[in-house]
Amino acid sequence: MVYRPLFLKLLSALILFGAWEIAGRIPVSYAFPTFLDSVAALWRMIIDGSLFVAYAETLKPLVTGVAISTVLGIALGIWIGLSRVFDWLFSPIFVVMQSAPLAALIPLLVMAYGIGLTSKVFVVCIMAMPVIVLNTAGAVRHTPENIKAMCRSFMGTRIDMLFKIIIPAASPLIFSGLRLGISAGFIGAILSELKITPTGVGDIITFSRSIADYPSMYAAIFSIIVLAVLFLNLLERTEKHLFKGNDRGYVSD
Amino acid sequence: MSQIEAFKHAQPVPDDIAVSTRNICKTYGSVEALKDMTLEFPRGQLTSLLGPSGCGKTTLLKIIAGLLPPTSGEVTVNGKPVTGPGPDRAFVFQDFALLPWASVLRNVAFGLELRGVARSEREDIAARYIREVGLGGFEQAYPHELSGGMRQRVGLARALSVDAQVLLMDEPFSAVDEQTRRKFQEDLLSLVQNENKTFIFVTHSIEEAVYVSDQIAILLPRPSRVSEIIRPTGFRQKSADSIRRDPEYLDIVDDIWASLRSYVE
Amino acid sequence: MKLFGINLPAMSSLILWGLLWEVVGQAELTFFVPPLSEVVRTLVTIIGTPSFLSALGETAYAFGMGVFFSILIGVPTGILMGRSRLLDELLLPWVNVFLSAPLTALVPVLMVLFGFGMKSIIITTALFAIWIIILNARTGVRQINRSLVEMARSFGASPLEAFFKVYLWAALPEILGGIRIGIIRAVKGVIIGQLLISIAGFGALFELYSTNFMMAHFWAVLLVLFALAFSISEFLAYLERKVAYYAAVR
Ligand SMILES: Nc1ncnc2c1ncn2[C@@H]1O[C@H](COP(=O)(O)OP(=O)(O)O)[C@@H](O)[C@H]1O
Ligand SMILES: [Mg+2]
Repeated sequence: MVYRPLFLKLLSALILFGAWEIAGRIPVSYAFPTFLDSVAALWRMIIDGSLFVAYAETLKPLVTGVAISTVLGIALGIWIGLSRVFDWLFSPIFVVMQSAPLAALIPLLVMAYGIGLTSKVFVVCIMAMPVIVLNTAGAVRHTPENIKAMCRSFMGTRIDMLFKIIIPAASPLIFSGLRLGISAGFIGAILSELKITPTGVGDIITFSRSIADYPSMYAAIFSIIVLAVLFLNLLERTEKHLFKGNDRGYVSD
Repeated sequence: MSQIEAFKHAQPVPDDIAVSTRNICKTYGSVEALKDMTLEFPRGQLTSLLGPSGCGKTTLLKIIAGLLPPTSGEVTVNGKPVTGPGPDRAFVFQDFALLPWASVLRNVAFGLELRGVARSEREDIAARYIREVGLGGFEQAYPHELSGGMRQRVGLARALSVDAQVLLMDEPFSAVDEQTRRKFQEDLLSLVQNENKTFIFVTHSIEEAVYVSDQIAILLPRPSRVSEIIRPTGFRQKSADSIRRDPEYLDIVDDIWASLRSYVE
Repeated sequence: MKLFGINLPAMSSLILWGLLWEVVGQAELTFFVPPLSEVVRTLVTIIGTPSFLSALGETAYAFGMGVFFSILIGVPTGILMGRSRLLDELLLPWVNVFLSAPLTALVPVLMVLFGFGMKSIIITTALFAIWIIILNARTGVRQINRSLVEMARSFGASPLEAFFKVYLWAALPEILGGIRIGIIRAVKGVIIGQLLISIAGFGALFELYSTNFMMAHFWAVLLVLFALAFSISEFLAYLERKVAYYAAVR
């Protein structure tokens, strides 16, 4: 019974993959390969190295875009959180961006920046940045007044206040904004590879679909989902580890 | 201790028992919350369960309510064994348990609603009890518009309106400020006098228990047991505002504290 | 923010940004940004045209159906997960996986399975919305005050009565919160679907205008779309605030 959670996780994976396998054997559709075929295709792509080549390509815009969004987004967010003028000026833009379907901008980006890496980095950035900025700004703005007053009463300078009080207090929320931003960045990276030009994993998906090699197509999709989920889970673990006991109980979406 | 002995026998134990628990045991996993708990609750009287927190008061009350099954032992109400919640008992919750989306009127009528009483009838009854607990005029208000004390009056009115013979109250006044609580205690005294109901009242306040009770069961933790039954009788006939100055009242409060203090960490 | 002692409304800086847009457009700094006034004029001319209305209709239909199904399936699933430990342990890992998975990668699968039409777009929309709806409904049910549950039981509520009179309402703030986030995601999902699957609805207009270099038209449609998305999200936030008093007394 101690292993009940693990057992149930395995069981639920077994049920899902089993259903996939059975549905593939019937088959429910000519375009629905079995689970085992897909795993075999994945294995083939790992052995011949094509998967790694593809990921080297896919991760380029993703990592660049996420890096830019992180640095720029956190800096902007802190600024917005500290200054009422900047809050008034910039917050509405990011609030609108957060709720808007920014994918609609892709045709425009392609016209302006071509079909190369720049456009793709842009797509990742516009997807990832709003939530990073808004979470950071919200966290900075809502630093508990009492610990700020404590810092002032012990003669802390403004620099002390920023680096010893505001940023540490805001970091859990900043981190969770980062996680959401990276999740959106993954969506943007795949979207740009499917929409703008097929490269990397997007290329495998598009190409294998065009030659009706469905096991490879499903394998590529499976791999990108696994990668994203593993990476985001790792981030969440890190977050829990870093900010243990720092649950202050307010969240933002 | 000798004084308590004296009070204990000041009046014979009434033989009309509304609720009794026999050899109740309750364990949560490895935690033994109640052990061999045998108690009797006389009809028409108020019995307090008094003890430090963690000694199993809430557990016992919920077992009587039928909300928790005992690990072993039996509860009977009017001689019939309890197997689950029933119309003969009504519960007043420490945190009020009001429906935030419903008006005071619907909240008070909710017990009747669940019993399938027709709308106009249950609202008439509810309105009567709302006035009785002093909330006339607030029928259409929502819980979030009321103070803590008023919310508990709603909870009380809800329990009264189903006309159960036994009222189970789990620290009903602990989330209420001190002044309101005193008023509640006085109101409770007249409620016990006027309604012919059996009250089982959980509290951790010694003064409150002595002030309102006909009978006090003092529970002790680790292992949970009834250490004594006290029946304060001498000042029951006095007016509500002179009880707190009565020497017998003060002595009982002191004695209970003396016997409990070693269990408080 | 305050200016000369006057409180400026929260979103008022958008006016300033609009002015900046106009200036950049008038200065003809870049071909891609026509002046705002021209965009608005174009907007007025296209907003009643059949092509715009049919795009709006197609998008609204796919969006509405996607949201409808995600609520219809998501809320009961979430409530069941909150009530049953076994179901919760079986489903929760997958809900979490799909919540953070790059769902755009699944769109090609939908295309080969369900064709290049409306059906795939609706499923894409629902896929974007449903996971957070499930998760929030589950949270809502799990945090219901124990004593509210006991209250219903102690007054003799049947399981069905307890569900419809207590659980559903007590979990309402979280359920609504999940639906709000889900709907915001659905707006993004429907546009992504239209861009990737078939060139339909607003996606078709964006393609048409950008390949023909009709920048004012492009921005006009974008403006409408963003305004719609923002209004929907603000309206839902308003609804959610209306039930916020729950949380205080629950
Ligand atoms: N659901 C539960 N699971 C495990 N232990 C419990 C549970 N409820 C109560 N207990 C334990 O049982 C004991 C009695 O609890 P309770 O009846 O709430 O005491 P009281 O109301 O007197 O403060 C405590 O030690 C408490 O920790
Ligand atoms: Mg208790």
